[in-house]
Amino acid sequence: MTNDDRPDVTDDGAPRYDEPTGQYTTGHSWDGIEELNTPMPRWWLGIFYASIVFAIGYAVLMPSIPLINSHFEGLLGHSDRGEVAADLVEMRSERAVFADRLSGTGIDDITADPELFRFSMAAGKSAFGDNCATCHGTGGQGFKGYPNLNDDVWIWGGTFEDIRHTLEVGIRAAHDDTRFNIMQGFGQDGFLTRDEINDLADYILAFSGLEVDAEVQQRGQTLFADNCASCHGEDAKGDRSQGAPDLTDADWLYGGERADIQTSIYSGRQGVMPNWNERLDPEIITALAVYVHALGGGEPSLPAIVPASMDDSAESEIVTDDTNVEAETP
Amino acid sequence: MTTLIDNTQEPGKREQAAPGVQRSRAPNPTPSTPASLYKKREQIYPKLAHGTFRNLKWLALVVLLGIYYIVPWLRWDRGVGQPDQAVLIDFENARFYFFFIEIWPQEAYYITGLLILAALGLFLVTSLFGRVWCGYACPQTIWTDLFIYVERFFEGDRNARIKLNKSKWTLSKIYKKTAKHIVWLFIAAFTGGVWILYFHDAPTIARDFFTGHAPTTSYVFAALLTFTTYSLAGFMREQVCTYMCPWPRIQAAMIDEEALNVTYRYDRGEPRGPHKKGATWDGRGDCIDCRQCVAVCPVGIDIRDGLQLECIGCALCIDACNEIMDKVDRPRNLIAYDTDENVVRRSKGEKARYRLIRPRTIIYAVLFAGVGFIMLGALIGRTTLDLNVQRDRQPNFVVMSDGSIQNGYTVKVLNKATQTRALTLTAEGLPSPVIKVAGQTDLTLNVPSDEAVDFRVTIVEDNLDQIGGRAEILFRLTDPASDTEATRSAVFVAGGTK
Repeated sequence: MTNDDRPDVTDDGAPRYDEPTGQYTTGHSWDGIEELNTPMPRWWLGIFYASIVFAIGYAVLMPSIPLINSHFEGLLGHSDRGEVAADLVEMRSERAVFADRLSGTGIDDITADPELFRFSMAAGKSAFGDNCATCHGTGGQGFKGYPNLNDDVWIWGGTFEDIRHTLEVGIRAAHDDTRFNIMQGFGQDGFLTRDEINDLADYILAFSGLEVDAEVQQRGQTLFADNCASCHGEDAKGDRSQGAPDLTDADWLYGGERADIQTSIYSGRQGVMPNWNERLDPEIITALAVYVHALGGGEPSLPAIVPASMDDSAESEIVTDDTNVEAETP
Repeated sequence: MTTLIDNTQEPGKREQAAPGVQRSRAPNPTPSTPASLYKKREQIYPKLAHGTFRNLKWLALVVLLGIYYIVPWLRWDRGVGQPDQAVLIDFENARFYFFFIEIWPQEAYYITGLLILAALGLFLVTSLFGRVWCGYACPQTIWTDLFIYVERFFEGDRNARIKLNKSKWTLSKIYKKTAKHIVWLFIAAFTGGVWILYFHDAPTIARDFFTGHAPTTSYVFAALLTFTTYSLAGFMREQVCTYMCPWPRIQAAMIDEEALNVTYRYDRGEPRGPHKKGATWDGRGDCIDCRQCVAVCPVGIDIRDGLQLECIGCALCIDACNEIMDKVDRPRNLIAYDTDENVVRRSKGEKARYRLIRPRTIIYAVLFAGVGFIMLGALIGRTTLDLNVQRDRQPNFVVMSDGSIQNGYTVKVLNKATQTRALTLTAEGLPSPVIKVAGQTDLTLNVPSDEAVDFRVTIVEDNLDQIGGRAEILFRLTDPASDTEATRSAVFVAGGTK
């Protein structure tokens, strides 16, 4: 490299004084581009080397090198998963205090203790998201065939005890005492003709305000009394003890269009909810019941309104009834 | 900044920092010994200065260290069950207490505001008086000053220390060095120990600390701050300011030609040179080149080279120079708080001009005052009752069996008062709402003191023709006891027309 035009740059790569900055250059020159020498403090270099030493030590002590099927685990045997597991154990033991208080308590005991109630709500919400939201939706809003849990429509009863029992035994589930009934396929099984089903559907829709002519109304009434009233009641208001829905209200689990109702009568409805007693701890089921009860439609379980003992006995009777029905059904 | 000085020089003399002053910082490399890319640390032995600014710095040191060490012990009564420590950062319960102020995590914007205020304050002060923060108030400066005081106590002043470091190891040297490090370590441990008092109840944690019952974090942080205090104030000192701290770089953007900085008035000092007593002062500058300004400098620079990156603006060179000026019977303030521009103006024979009020300082001051007022307003308007309402989105609304519509809400109530409150909840804006609070039969929300509680609230409305698809509603929470209330607007969604 020649520097005829730059007498201040020497050929031998020597540092030179740079006037505008008042600094020396490193002496490196690439096509005339030079580098100013702004020296780092030497201790900074020391820290750099110390960092390398630390990194080596860290790699030896901590999990670091990926292998084909596993990884080098480090001499200290540290494991993030292990720590999470330990934290979970600790958290469970902390929650056990509440869990103990929840098992075997009724709704009155729980609501009387705001702290316990809030714990139940939080635990219930979390368990709901894990177990129930798949069918009932994240907010319990339900879908066609899966009941909305926010409203006041309860097929099997909406008190805390009813909800808890439903959770425990399920509906048409594997539990021995599961809530059970049969809405058979009246068309499918050959009990009713298509015309009869049409009349029946119109008759049922009339409860919700559909205008039907007197002839259809008359035929429908007879058909209803013969086929439906035993479960849904003469007035079609349903019967919770049998899990027969109210057919006069604004809520339709399987849709309220004429075609939906015709389908329900033709093929029947056999919705299933699993029994959760085998999958969830009793206190979690209690928390879930508290949560679902609080979603908006929970009914008071005052003895004056629903005598607990009567309710229980009625339920067990019905279960036997249902079994009979099942046995008798062809 | 240095360019201002250079501009007054002949082009060929630019290597000179000031007339007749050779730049001395850059090494003088030769081809046979190329410049190293790394610089060896040069030990600095600051001499004790005497004078106004040294006294100011002692005062700042005593006051600021006093605040740091004493504040955690101050008590402040907040009622039963509440911490009685005046200043407490309670991570476990997520609260920050500062005398009458109690900050919750969601009010972290107070901290943000405080940081903005601190930054703007720093900008303002820097644009007025240069790096006064660095020189007087920065913890690095304060603790370094304290550590140098200890060093001076055992090893003597500058010359004695230089001599001691060059001397062979004797019993006396071992004693001096050991004693110094023991006292340093004691101060460092005390500093680290006081730090943790800010995060727990001071008397309790102090007792737990020595009985071994304090949380691990307390020991870790005490050890960490002991280490940083000992190493940064004892060993790193000016290296922290020159190489580690970003503030000196940021400040360069705040300082301009009219900012008051510690300045050598070369217009008056040059040409410099030794002066014999009784000789004439005609035809020469006032600087007698005694290098006292260099001897007292804690960052080891020569202020006569002009404003430099390393200068922390501690003004100790002003004290040192004034002492000399008094001795040689010349006017004080050859080195003084002055502006670059004035030095240039005077050397051109113009009058000095001081403009503390200029666009830059006005802008910083207005911003500072603005943020300050906003903070003050937020603090005064701060309520002890907070209401937040979150409407259910899934389901958006629920059709009840009778056709009426239900909406679900999560109502979050924050009670920042020191007593439990029984609050009455109402909702306005619907013709005939039925309001229910989950788990209770009435609409009284009981919220313990200093807690945030979620309530599930449902509203059922059957008069749907009157509200159409959607209604604006207002949740109102009233505290009959203290006559305070909180409101929060929300929506009631009724879907389409039924």
